[in-house]
Amino acid sequence: MAKNTIIPFGPQHPVLPEPIQLRLVLDEERVVSAIPVVGYVHRGLEKLAEQKDFLQDTYLIERICGICSFIHSLTYSMGIESMMGLTPPPRAQYLRVIWSELHRMHSHLLAVGLLADAFGFENLFMQLWRTREHIMDAMEATTGARVMLGTCCPGGVRKDIDPELLKFILTTLVTVEKEMDEQMPVLLNDYSVKQRLCGVGILDKQTAYERGAVGPTARASGIAMDLRTHGYAAYGELAVEPMVETDGDCYARTKVRVRELYQSISIIRKAIGQIPAGPINVPFKTKPDGEVIMRAEQPRGEVLYYLKGNGSDMLERLRVRTPTFANIPPVLAMLAGCELADVGVIVISIDPCISCTER
Amino acid sequence: MFTLIGNVFKNLRSKYATRLYPYEVRESFAGSRGKLEIDPDICIYCGICAKRCPANAIAVTRKPDKTWTLDPYRCIVCSYCIDVCPKKCLHMNAKHRSPE
Ligand code: SF4
Ligand code: SF4
Repeated sequence: MAKNTIIPFGPQHPVLPEPIQLRLVLDEERVVSAIPVVGYVHRGLEKLAEQKDFLQDTYLIERICGICSFIHSLTYSMGIESMMGLTPPPRAQYLRVIWSELHRMHSHLLAVGLLADAFGFENLFMQLWRTREHIMDAMEATTGARVMLGTCCPGGVRKDIDPELLKFILTTLVTVEKEMDEQMPVLLNDYSVKQRLCGVGILDKQTAYERGAVGPTARASGIAMDLRTHGYAAYGELAVEPMVETDGDCYARTKVRVRELYQSISIIRKAIGQIPAGPINVPFKTKPDGEVIMRAEQPRGEVLYYLKGNGSDMLERLRVRTPTFANIPPVLAMLAGCELADVGVIVISIDPCISCTER
Repeated sequence: MFTLIGNVFKNLRSKYATRLYPYEVRESFAGSRGKLEIDPDICIYCGICAKRCPANAIAVTRKPDKTWTLDPYRCIVCSYCIDVCPKKCLHMNAKHRSPE
């Protein structure tokens, strides 16, 4: 019987932006199975959140993730609002959508850029990130910060976007779309890129469902699941369709992200086109009481918040299940049977966010 | 099919996306957040900012002396203190800190 070897992949590895270790059980060059080891960047944010009041938590929660920070604070705020029975005004809902989609765009550009880097095409990586920079500028111009926007709060948003800046977002999108039109065909049609992505890390629909895949990972395997279709914030008025592919390989996951990039552009345009005037938040005096589970669609998939309040300033419990956590079991299924050289690409193809996972 | 080759040449031909900092400085957008500053003449040292700050970055004392101190390494630049200050004496300066 052939002897298996175990080699560690990570926590420090050139393709990994964040530390996670996968112990790969190898038979020659083929991966038999992978054992994940997490816990390198645990920060105890859930515990800390219990020691701050629920308004301060908004800023703490945002720092769970450096990529989808706005959507974290959005989900949290929606949870608090549902506990207190608040409905944010329509303009706030639209602003939330605009910032969420800008976040999705910068996250997806980052993810496909890192993927290009993982299979060795640094020029493409740099171009994609250069494009991403326009979106960061749009976020800085509208909120005052590039990543930690800090604009979402229970009851609505803290900052309005004036018509000048809405126009600035639209011109930014024109530039971004033009650049993407040049880059995306390279990413999707090039011979060598296809060699690295097609048929690699296949996750079939049944396994994706059984292992609880979320986000682009699930949609690339044929599961039409996108929480934006449930219509939270103003998504209900914007007719969002899930972007589904059926192949379940790394190429399909990339394609889902590319299609979602274009989808985000059209959602933002539509939202800016029909944004109503009015106030941007509702005042409140109550404290959160009761329990709530709130879900939202992040760039990497569904995030789930469990909040428990007791009528005081502090929350009794705050629990976050982030999309990467849900995507770890599916990635283990993808790794079983793959070539050692493909491990990096497969891991990056789910767009892992480890700090999120460990909180 | 081999679209990447064209892409490589495009990279070679295109202009720099980066700047030669510190000779060329990127201006922040209007309203960018940055270093928190106080106008001490207006401040009434009520301590609300210190109480609300999520990062415990501000300390306010009334006795024996009236002081307002910010620990810039704790500050997470959320601008929550600016919102809650009753006198509106806090503001942010987006200029980068220089090493002084
Ligand atoms: S809240 Fe404003 S007035 Fe009160 S101590 Fe802070 S800076 Fe001064
Ligand atoms: S900006 Fe935020 S972290 Fe900084 S002092 Fe003000 S409240 Fe505290």
